Amino acid sequence: MKIKLLMGNEAIAQGAIRAGVKVVSGYPGTPSTEVLEAIARDNKKDIYVEWSVNEKVALEVAAGAAYTGARSLVTMKQVGLNVASDPLMSLAYIGVKGGMVILVADDPGPISSQTEQDTRHFARFAHLPIFDPSTPEEAYDMIGEAFALSEKFSTPVLFRPTTQVCHACASVEIKEAIEIKEIEGFIKDPKWVIFPKLSYQNHIKIIENETKISEDFSKSIYNQIIGAGTKGIVACGASFLPAAEILEYLPNDVRLMKISTPHPFPEKLAFEFLKNLDEVLVIEELDPVVEENLLRMCGKMGLKIHIKGKLTGDLPIAGKYSYEIVRTAIYRFLGEKLPLDNQAELLQIPIRPPVLCAGCPHRASFYSVKMAMKKAKQRAVFTGDIGCYTLGNAKPLDMVDTCLCMGAGITIAQGLQRVEDDSKKIAFIGDSTFFHTGISGILNAVYNETDITVIILDNSTTAMTGHQPHPGTGKTMMGNLAEKISIENVLRGCGVGFIKKSNPLNYEDAMDAVTQAVNYKGVSAVIFESPCIAVIKPKTISHIKENCIGCKKCLKEIGCPAMSIKERKVSIQPHLCYGCGLCRNICPVNAIGGEKE
Amino acid sequence: MKVDCLLAGVGGQGTVLASKIIAQTAMNSQSFVRTSETIGMAQRGGCVVSHVRTDAKHCSSAIPKGMADLIIGFEPAEVVRNMEFLKPKGRILVNINPIIPVTASLEEVSYKVEDIVKFLRDIRNQVVFVDGRKLCQIAGSPKVLNVIMLGVAIKEQLLPFSKEEMLHTIQEILPQKLIEQNKTALEVGYCFEKYHHDKEAL
Repeated sequence: MKIKLLMGNEAIAQGAIRAGVKVVSGYPGTPSTEVLEAIARDNKKDIYVEWSVNEKVALEVAAGAAYTGARSLVTMKQVGLNVASDPLMSLAYIGVKGGMVILVADDPGPISSQTEQDTRHFARFAHLPIFDPSTPEEAYDMIGEAFALSEKFSTPVLFRPTTQVCHACASVEIKEAIEIKEIEGFIKDPKWVIFPKLSYQNHIKIIENETKISEDFSKSIYNQIIGAGTKGIVACGASFLPAAEILEYLPNDVRLMKISTPHPFPEKLAFEFLKNLDEVLVIEELDPVVEENLLRMCGKMGLKIHIKGKLTGDLPIAGKYSYEIVRTAIYRFLGEKLPLDNQAELLQIPIRPPVLCAGCPHRASFYSVKMAMKKAKQRAVFTGDIGCYTLGNAKPLDMVDTCLCMGAGITIAQGLQRVEDDSKKIAFIGDSTFFHTGISGILNAVYNETDITVIILDNSTTAMTGHQPHPGTGKTMMGNLAEKISIENVLRGCGVGFIKKSNPLNYEDAMDAVTQAVNYKGVSAVIFESPCIAVIKPKTISHIKENCIGCKKCLKEIGCPAMSIKERKVSIQPHLCYGCGLCRNICPVNAIGGEKE
Repeated sequence: MKVDCLLAGVGGQGTVLASKIIAQTAMNSQSFVRTSETIGMAQRGGCVVSHVRTDAKHCSSAIPKGMADLIIGFEPAEVVRNMEFLKPKGRILVNINPIIPVTASLEEVSYKVEDIVKFLRDIRNQVVFVDGRKLCQIAGSPKVLNVIMLGVAIKEQLLPFSKEEMLHTIQEILPQKLIEQNKTALEVGYCFEKYHHDKEAL
């Protein structure tokens, strides 16, 4: 027996390897990213792993593999599932042959997402079974179960860990490999072609399966009833451990039910649980999915039980559930007096929001666009997108006026332009996002003759999620070198009329490129090329010279985190500076020098 | 032995790695460990907090407020930000060198280390202050503050491990090329009193 310290995402990866997964695809997104990375790192080179260009593509690749009888896994985050929802809904009808798990990590909080949407709704919507693990060690075992269930019912299965499981670590017992069937290969059959008549028949079949899977789930070891009493608590997913820990400290008799398979709802088990209870408190992150299921059951069975949770205001309707939120709800529910928190008199300290890194080339790109517009006295709207560069919204840059979802910077600009053409529309998009959903927006702008400028922030990596390869990087997740796909050639192929490449750290040149592009009538693009500071070494570092007049213009204009104020003078922390030199361009008295390391 | 330890720092300071070293060392002595951390959008410059709980099979992975035995702070303001997690007699180890948030500089919000030091001193817990920058210079790298802090924590018996146990973990989990540097860092932390006394650090 081997015990390893594994992050939830690594535990899922190890569990998938153990279950004999053959093909893994995905698109990076916090908190899901490390699952695919760990599989790529830890397998015995017998698993195909790729970062696909987007989630729709990734899901379809995994589905194709599963059509042959191989086990496949696709990974993404909750907003990624929206991109993949078209193939998801149809695949639910068509089904699979080999086990296929669709891992979608949810982000209560949200800590780094556009929405807090709950993937369990998608399970209900698509009529697909879903697993909701409580801990990393449970996730390790459960992913194997998910593959087995997928094969038993020839259906894709959703797997939905939340941040508190994905990014928690635990002691995980590594077990022997699971034996799996031989891969049969793809066998031609009309059942793989989704036609209306087939859809009707399959709709009936998947609803029937839901009943059968619900019965399986009622017997699953991942759902349990612990303890006895007339009051019941239901805890789901990541809320289970805090709930169990809190109940340990209390003398009350409580019946605790753990639900780790919220759909199809394990009704038989829930009925056992509800017997002779007066009141139930449901604790689940995000939406009241289990709570509504219990309410429905009470109606169906004619039970007079008071179900408390989000719908009754006993728990918050949004956000991550901390230990303290769970504790407050349980103490109130049981009529216990809450212990007083350690009320240390707190000192006021400044907030510390995430910012663009010192030396980040995006800062220089934003600044040159801002100054070019200022110089031309040109009103402009800056449509942003999803990536590190969304942080360009922070002061003092303040260069993100809209942000909706992946790829929408380019298309929102087009809609704005249709209504008000007295300002310039400038869309910012990163290199990975460009390949994800940016290209279709550009095609749309060119073909429909819209006057917009697209600024591509090409830092040669997917920086936000931890430097994954994409078609512009020339590497694949299998470690192969691949022919880089040139963003410039793609733009040209799409018919973009004006394309200019520039290094944003070359301030004059960058401003000039922006000015020319904005003056072009039609779709124009500037590709700002400068690698992410995490993938290069700093060349020179900057320092403040004697002749500094203390005007603080450098700090106030660009907000670099390597700069701070010391005795009313700006200083540069050498261990934070990357020597990008942007501040040297801004200083009105040339008081910032650069020195060779 | 049950220990709930919270590590607080700023992105880029190695907080997550330090928590992994503590967790792995506890696991090496047969403890069931849980940890929880903030990663993702907390890029360089954002707050990073790691919770490490030993003997925690049936516990939440996050330390409840008021239950941390120890806070290891890589940055003074980040200790203050997480004070509510500390239990009444919990202990604190803190590096006194501040990283001033850029928003504070822009809005000219004051950030005085002296105020934080005084605030922490006034708390009846025993607080260990270290001059991390100076110790990093002695260790020869600005990047090993995290392991230096672990060395201090062992010397001050804030963590229930021996120096040898922690060294073993470092050799186990760090890439080969970083081991020598971190071995030195652990030693510098362990002998921190030789390089500066508490009061001198301030």
